[in-house]
Amino acid sequence: MKIIVAIKQVPERDAQVRIAADGKWIEEADLQYALNESDAYALEEALQLREKSAAPDGEVIVISAGPERVGQTIREALAKGADRAIHVACDDLGSRDALGVARLLAAAIRPENPDLVLTGLQSEDFGLGQTGVILAELLGLPHASLILHVEAVAASGAQNQIPAQLKVKRELEEGWFQTIELPTPAVLTIQSGGNKLRYATLMGIKRAKTKEVRKLAAADISADSTPVVVMDRLTLPQKQKSTQMLGGTPKEAAAALVEKLKFEVRVL
Amino acid sequence: MSGVLVVVEQRAGRIGRISWEAVAAAQHLGAQLSLPVCASVVGDQVEPQAAEVAARGIQTVVRVEHPLLAQYTADGFTIALQQFVHDQQPQYVVFPHTYQVRDYAPALAARLGQVLVSDVVAIGDGPVFTRQLLQGRLSGSYRHAGTGPCFISVQAGAFRAGEPDKSAAEITVFSPTIEPAQIRTRPSEPFRGSAQTVDLGSAPLIVSVGRGIKDAANIPIVQELATALGAELAASRPICDNGWLPMERQVGSSGQTVSPKLYLAVGISGAIQHLVGMKGSQCVVAINKDPDAPIFEVADYGIVGDLFEVVPALSAALKAAKG
Repeated sequence: MKIIVAIKQVPERDAQVRIAADGKWIEEADLQYALNESDAYALEEALQLREKSAAPDGEVIVISAGPERVGQTIREALAKGADRAIHVACDDLGSRDALGVARLLAAAIRPENPDLVLTGLQSEDFGLGQTGVILAELLGLPHASLILHVEAVAASGAQNQIPAQLKVKRELEEGWFQTIELPTPAVLTIQSGGNKLRYATLMGIKRAKTKEVRKLAAADISADSTPVVVMDRLTLPQKQKSTQMLGGTPKEAAAALVEKLKFEVRVL
Repeated sequence: MSGVLVVVEQRAGRIGRISWEAVAAAQHLGAQLSLPVCASVVGDQVEPQAAEVAARGIQTVVRVEHPLLAQYTADGFTIALQQFVHDQQPQYVVFPHTYQVRDYAPALAARLGQVLVSDVVAIGDGPVFTRQLLQGRLSGSYRHAGTGPCFISVQAGAFRAGEPDKSAAEITVFSPTIEPAQIRTRPSEPFRGSAQTVDLGSAPLIVSVGRGIKDAANIPIVQELATALGAELAASRPICDNGWLPMERQVGSSGQTVSPKLYLAVGISGAIQHLVGMKGSQCVVAINKDPDAPIFEVADYGIVGDLFEVVPALSAALKAAKG
């Protein structure tokens, strides 16, 4: 099975964020970056599918769009076990909307004819949660979203018109789940928590250096980049409540809070 | 029609609160732009649900019905709503931001050359749509720049659902054309993950722990606090993903929704997926080392500090206070 995993490099979770002078994004100068969390689970699912498969020709290809720095996240994915990578070099990712980004990825994915395309459910920076679903639409493939577990099954055929090749576990709201069967090729967006994530081994890191990373310039992909939806301005969120901050040493703050819980909230 | 269309979600015949909030958002948008509001309910036979929607001060309600829509599939809903939107020509299409909508609305919008503005928390003049970025640390103002319908989905709790009134909108039926072969996925009936033995929904006091706890070995620190307070222990998603606490203790959009008298959030940054599960709490206390963590935006009391110092001090103070 040939699996493509679309991954995104995002600011590290604990990074201090400051709105940039143009008000449209954050200061990137001192920012640390990491692999988007649900994309890490998508990669893990792909690696496990390859390992579980009896066929020797399984391949996991990671694809990522973004500027030069994205190369580092790609190398990390290769170190964890992806076989090769495609880097869609693009300096204006943030000014493209979800459809614009999906068009870039779809153009790069199409010639590969994968059996399966995985993405994380949602990015931690823009949080649009749409790239995978739009990719499916652009590639003309069936999809399922919020997937925790993927199983490749033999095509059953006969009694039904859909020859199912994948059986996936989809998360619903409030602790409910659902199984979905669908044919390949397909697109799945992966929810975090379905697997235990692996770390890159020293050997993996060493091997990653020799693996192929093919670069495609976004400018060379004839995809419409005119956004339909535009973000004009970033601001700090408005406070919904007036918060009483309790200062002092940990002991003083704890004592102050106990007072509040006793006399104002009245729960003690 | 040229107006605002709201797509109400029904699951097993039930319309959830978030759909009524989406109706309220559509009415807000309609009032702002002086546009009529039309609601639709999608399914096989949705007459009772359509009647329910019709009593919410809406101009028209349309039952989008087809036997192949009895069970939700992304293919079925995308095809049906594409035809319906093409027929109605609305300027705005409003959805509740549910898992179902996240599964098909981006594809529906893309099929029409549009982009869904997802997870909207406020609608301002323009209209300008506000949504959160970077896990709730920042707010972004978005506007629709294209021609054709503008698609938005609204986050749970962002708009106040109205009450049913005496009005009764006109109800019509739209029958899309769908072929069985166009439905490429085969969904099962929903099932519960595991037996729910913890009912956080009825717990009056909750201590909830997030990523700040760093390691499974540190969980006893918050367990001790919960015991000292007489509270149930809950967690944000990453803690359950890591298996540090069972999934049934998860609060948030994928876990339980809670509204206790006291919600004490320890090391939880406050991503929107978590906030929607707990912002109905009467009193929220947040302990976090990051003064900019979004959890403080919904907190009544806050302590900025190292939870590994603050939590043991708090447990000790509680024990002393309780004698």
